[in-house]
Amino acid sequence: MDILIKNGHLIDPAASVDAVADILVKDGVIAGVGTGIQEEAQKIIDASGKVVLPGLVDMHVHLREPGREDKETVATGTKAAVKGGVTSVLAMPNTTPAIDSPEHLRMFQDIVRKTASSHVFAAAAITKGRAGAELTDFAALKAEGALAVTDDGSSVDDDGLMEEAFRLAKKCGLLVICHCEDKRLSQKGVINLGLMSTELGLRGIPKEAEYRRVERDLSLAAKTGCPVHIAHVSCRESVDLIAAAKKRGQPVTAETAPHYLIFTDEALETYDPNFKMNPPLRTKADRDALRQAVKDGVIDTVASDHAPHTESEKDIEFDHAEFGVTGLETECAGLASEFIASDQMTWMELARLLSSAPAKILGIDKGKLEAGRCADIVVVDPGREWVVTKAGFASKSNNSPFLGRKLKGAVECTICAGKIAYTSKKNFS
Amino acid sequence: MNMSRNPSWERKDLLGLKELSAEEISLVLSTAESFKEVIGRPIKKVPALRGKTIVNLFYEPSTRTRISFEIAAKRLSADVINIATETSSVRKGETLIDTGRNIEALKVDMIVMRHSYSGAAVMLARHVGASVVNAGDGWHEHPTQALLDIFTLKEKLGRIEGIHVAIVGDIAHSRVARSDIWGLTKLGARVTVCAPSMLIPPCIGEMGVSVTHDLQEALAEADAVNVLRMQFERDSGDAFPQQLEYFKNFGITEERLKKAKKNIIVMHPGPINRGIEMSSEVADGANSVILEQVTNGIAVRMAVLFLVSQAAENRKTRRTKSAKTESQVIAPGSLIGTPANSLLGKPVNT
Repeated sequence: MDILIKNGHLIDPAASVDAVADILVKDGVIAGVGTGIQEEAQKIIDASGKVVLPGLVDMHVHLREPGREDKETVATGTKAAVKGGVTSVLAMPNTTPAIDSPEHLRMFQDIVRKTASSHVFAAAAITKGRAGAELTDFAALKAEGALAVTDDGSSVDDDGLMEEAFRLAKKCGLLVICHCEDKRLSQKGVINLGLMSTELGLRGIPKEAEYRRVERDLSLAAKTGCPVHIAHVSCRESVDLIAAAKKRGQPVTAETAPHYLIFTDEALETYDPNFKMNPPLRTKADRDALRQAVKDGVIDTVASDHAPHTESEKDIEFDHAEFGVTGLETECAGLASEFIASDQMTWMELARLLSSAPAKILGIDKGKLEAGRCADIVVVDPGREWVVTKAGFASKSNNSPFLGRKLKGAVECTICAGKIAYTSKKNFS
Repeated sequence: MNMSRNPSWERKDLLGLKELSAEEISLVLSTAESFKEVIGRPIKKVPALRGKTIVNLFYEPSTRTRISFEIAAKRLSADVINIATETSSVRKGETLIDTGRNIEALKVDMIVMRHSYSGAAVMLARHVGASVVNAGDGWHEHPTQALLDIFTLKEKLGRIEGIHVAIVGDIAHSRVARSDIWGLTKLGARVTVCAPSMLIPPCIGEMGVSVTHDLQEALAEADAVNVLRMQFERDSGDAFPQQLEYFKNFGITEERLKKAKKNIIVMHPGPINRGIEMSSEVADGANSVILEQVTNGIAVRMAVLFLVSQAAENRKTRRTKSAKTESQVIAPGSLIGTPANSLLGKPVNT
């Protein structure tokens, strides 16, 4: 189907385009970008007053399939993605079984082929069963299409094994994504260690649990020359370490999540399990350091760490509630209402953070609005306000910290590989 | 602090002292004064909560708090049901919310809950329409214990504002310490916490207290010392001092009290470990108000049950009456003077 998007405000950080123009989509690719395109198209989208971005790329998503289809499936998770304007996700390998062999990766890719509404890229596990004991077959996983390796959800504790992983990943051309957490320090903690954990009588997770592991992983990566990506950065000390490594010229990239940029541990006042995640929400000083790091480019991208859980795993005693929150459907709108509405961020910066930067980190041909590219496009109404409700989610799970909040900026239409994957209105034309 | 004109209790629940204003705390204390008079009578019962049903839902073994709540409810003529259950099966059995909803379906008006996890009462209150009174949740809060501590202090010292209270013991794992800190500091008392450093939680100074690891320093200016129960059998994997070492440095003994203010008040939430956190001589000595605390606990819990129940009644009245009608606020103590009072033969003025 041919689609003509007319008079939208195009934002393309890759080509520094920031102007009103039309986009023509033909046969799944962008056929033309320019003003006053006169073409017969089956579908014409009037995007005047709207912002048109390259489809978003979220490099930290838990789709839960195979193994925990009660929380999410590839089908529901990618429906949630396109509803949030995300056309490419990097699926984390901590499924059951873990994506730790070419067979498991093929099985996963088969599910993706049959059920996904967005592009799905795969990260494979660093160690078999994510047990931290034996490396997976990096070369074979790379050959099957894995873009990165990570034991996300846990960190590889064995320094020697981790060094070997970096060495091998470098050789195979795989990105290593690090979940930085020293379990000996985080132990049974459930929120940030500090005033809030004291007031609430909850076990705390010290920041050292994160940044000491960031320090180790940066130093092992530097030793081996392997590119490293630090996932879900939550505290100021980690930011400082990453900034110093970048200054030294080390190939390092980093991500944080919208919740670390928007909320602090004070949100835990009511023991709402939708603010319980790992790493935990930290203090205002950490949040401000993260905001600055995003501005300075120390943090390259924002990813949701979309972590769906069922209500019966969340609505229980706080200590037992699962870590993690959903985020695919709220990341764009959440950042827009928090930062663009208050003039702290431009749409260009948002597009870079959520689209072109992660595409570059993963080495995928995404995050661009150029003729000849795969047509992954999102149309956002920057002025429309909406309230986040349980009923509104496409995800199977509702564990969002944004529940009940009014957001400004709504995804109107998402085009993935030239097909309309989501529209906010039934007869959007 | 302005206590003039109709202080009223509007809360559905009592979950902790952090969320209460000084006025609300003072209202509980003054209401408890009226009830203390009631429990001193030969016939100790008033009809304030007649027809109401209260469930004591205890997920953690507790004899004294449960009995204190039970007696308080019975003195108010409420029907009381006790449910004792184990938290060890919390993940396998019925969820807390399901249990709460089932209890509510039995048309229960109020749930008094003790739970070993912090935040459990807050969560239950969010999911049930019945009033929830927190009888202690994990390390978080134990509001009625702090209210009875403050009630006892006020009775003994005549005021809370400006007094100096030392809290000694396992502050990190103590819900009593946290509730005491909130309540006392809101009413203008100075609070010092004292323990070995491993039992002092981070940032506690930001809650408005002084911190010391020197017991003698803590006692030096204190008008009262609240001695927390030490649980050396704790199996949490957290760092913990040696028992003998602890008594040597932090145990309250007569020797140590000699160097404190002469009339220093010694409190303990019970049950006492004699020879661990305090010596027997101190526990039974002239400065100890430990048994008075137990008695005051009934009056304070009657006040809490009464105020919370009254607020629920007021909400119902407000819902059913037209917007024009003033909501019915019953002054504390006035119910003690209702017709049933004439049966008791002694009207009470507050």
